[in-house]
Amino acid sequence: MSSIEQQSKVGSKQDVRYLTPLDIETKEVKKYCRFKKKGIKYIDYKDADFLFYLVNEQGKILPRRLTGTSLKYQRKVAQAIKRARHLALMPFVGDMLK
Amino acid sequence: MNHYETVFILNPVLSEDQIKETVKKFEDYLLSKGAEMIWKEDWGLKKFAYPIQKKKSGFYHLFEFKAPGEVVGPFELEFRRDDSILRYLTVRFDKHAAAWAAVRRDRIKAKQKN
Repeated sequence: MSSIEQQSKVGSKQDVRYLTPLDIETKEVKKYCRFKKKGIKYIDYKDADFLFYLVNEQGKILPRRLTGTSLKYQRKVAQAIKRARHLALMPFVGDMLK
Repeated sequence: MNHYETVFILNPVLSEDQIKETVKKFEDYLLSKGAEMIWKEDWGLKKFAYPIQKKKSGFYHLFEFKAPGEVVGPFELEFRRDDSILRYLTVRFDKHAAAWAAVRRDRIKAKQKN
């Protein structure tokens, strides 16, 4: 009898603990457009080393939701990468590029 | 007069004299059509990211020039007629591209001086 009471007391204490929201730091890092921030106006298709930052390890162009690039510059990035592919500076398909 | 940039890839089996001759040929063609050559660049033998016509590398050359728009079509036709050209790409510059090209030129010139 006494042990059950003790258990219920412990249980109620735990319940109270979980009724209050857990205090976990959830500060989101805001994404930003690297081209706007640094004032880059033209994305050079000849600079393949830089363009490799904007593709995944298969050589696919990374989406805006991952890189944070603004729409205006994402279009230019895509154009530059496609030009670089045409000149064999970047692969169309790759494996383990990074 | 528009501002253009052309990168083209030459066959890696050519000898040095043949390369010079071919580059000269295209340069002369542009000049004969009233283009104004701004900058020439030789990237040398570069490895391809993927094979083109079963070749793994090629000689890259770059021309930056000002020319009337109707020159570009026939100029690219010359590339297609020449067997030693593996790839070519002509791009028209907007003002940002031209500004970046000028910065890039100055950097290369400064490097060559040192």
